[in-house]
Amino acid sequence: MNGEEFVPLSLTPLLIGTFAAIACALPGNFLVLRKQALIGDAISHVVLPGIVVAFLLTGAISTWPMMLGAAGAAVVAVVMIEAIRRLGQIETGAAMGVVFTTMFAAGVLLLEQTDTSSVHLDVEHALYGNLESLIWLDATGWSSLTDPQALAGLPPELPRIALTLAGVVLFTWLLWRPLKISTFDEGFARTIGIRTGALGMALVIAAAIAAVAAFDAVGSIIVIAMFICPPSAARMMTNRLEMQVGWSVLFAAFSAISGYVLAGYGPLWLGGTDAVSAAGMIATMSGLLLAVAARFGPCRTRAGAPVSG
Amino acid sequence: MLELAAVQGVSVPTPDTQDSPLAIRGLTVSYGQKPAVFSVDMTVQPGAMTAIIGPNGAGKSTLLKAALGIVPMVSGQVTVYGKPLTEQRARVAYVPQRASVDWDFPTRVIDVVLMGLSRQLGLLGRIRARHMQRAADCLRQVGMQDFADRQIGQLSGGQQQRVFLARALAQDADLYLLDEPFAGVDAATEKAIITVLKSLKDAGKTVVVVHHDLATVTDYFDHVYLINTRKVAEGPVAQAFTAESLQAAYGGRLATAQIDQISHALG
Repeated sequence: MNGEEFVPLSLTPLLIGTFAAIACALPGNFLVLRKQALIGDAISHVVLPGIVVAFLLTGAISTWPMMLGAAGAAVVAVVMIEAIRRLGQIETGAAMGVVFTTMFAAGVLLLEQTDTSSVHLDVEHALYGNLESLIWLDATGWSSLTDPQALAGLPPELPRIALTLAGVVLFTWLLWRPLKISTFDEGFARTIGIRTGALGMALVIAAAIAAVAAFDAVGSIIVIAMFICPPSAARMMTNRLEMQVGWSVLFAAFSAISGYVLAGYGPLWLGGTDAVSAAGMIATMSGLLLAVAARFGPCRTRAGAPVSG
Repeated sequence: MLELAAVQGVSVPTPDTQDSPLAIRGLTVSYGQKPAVFSVDMTVQPGAMTAIIGPNGAGKSTLLKAALGIVPMVSGQVTVYGKPLTEQRARVAYVPQRASVDWDFPTRVIDVVLMGLSRQLGLLGRIRARHMQRAADCLRQVGMQDFADRQIGQLSGGQQQRVFLARALAQDADLYLLDEPFAGVDAATEKAIITVLKSLKDAGKTVVVVHHDLATVTDYFDHVYLINTRKVAEGPVAQAFTAESLQAAYGGRLATAQIDQISHALG
């Protein structure tokens, strides 16, 4: 494929998909080890009505109102969970399940009732994102990468997700030691002065920011899959956290790139005519990677309960 | 003023808490409606080995965790060497119950010991040769030097417990608090741990252990603290570890034969 075709049509979606996948996979490592993997799932469900309401109020897709809407929705969710748990006298997990699905359904309903035809915000995009449409029409070839005029026409999702990824990387790098220690042994972490409550909250907020930014570009399917699949597959490749995070980045990037290419060309190779959803294919690839790692990974056996004596 | 405070159940720091490695006054902890620890005082003697004993659910671990700020207290006051814990963290090392962590966590034995140096390393400080040397040295003290590169899930329970102790040694503290270090470990590990603890005591450190085996109290410890939600007794083993105080702490849960055996051991 030559640059004239690749750069305008495929380069930006590939980069956005890869950045989004890595930005979710990084905090996903800690969430999976803390047995909070479904928080990514929860966030991506809960924020939908918040994003829709923000869109209805401002009339445009812009980052800050959407982030605020998402944050507001998360607060509403927390209050609702607590209220249902107390009033209904049921366990937290059940209350969460009810709130997440209801809020997501409310978001979908809101979307359907409103006229969003002028912008890329509808039910399909909420689920699958609009990765294929994030093209760079101002580009003419590789030389456009150094052309300021062409660069000005980059889809705004690219700098947005790149900035989010940079933030997530910085967060992980700066707080690596406290994150590792408090994930392994929270009691010990507190005795050496780590504020585990605040740190856990910061991790969830970092995950939420990654989820909202990725959601905006690639839809909720990729978000859910990338929080869980690359870190889980990476865990079966190594017994060291440092290596696990490295593997998860590799797996996330591989899923994004192979998924995007297969979605675009796979059906043609099989004699079909239409491309399939890139987001769906990326999530599928990450699931396949997980299956392969679960079958062949070198560290897939668990020690289980420690042997006494 | 002091009398008024005493009447109202409010604790006021007293001169004897100044020298104590760990002084607890009026500590109450509650997980729900019922208090797990109710209005207890404790004054740990410097340079001593103290056992915290009491029946299951008596609040032994809770007492330690609340003193360390791991679980919130309803009321009470804790000082470490006469100052609030937050100013003295570097002087305290804590060994949690082995079952409290997930041993499938992707990390090696040596990495766990290095966690004991994290206050020294800071957020981004590089692990240098002398840090590795120190961690290896702590592993040697507990007889685990050959396991440095093992994943922690591949160890036996006793070996895991020894790794936890090595992490505490790396902290180079003055006060060591251990939660049930002898629970479910093999005889070799028990011996290794008690040897290390006694050498800490010989070096002038203070050791406090949540302990469950009444038969070894007189061999291992010189001070004892009996608790059953409320404090029952506190003092040197010879004075506080008596049939009466045990009966008071354990109630009907301790068989008469056990008490006879302990009384016999005590002479």
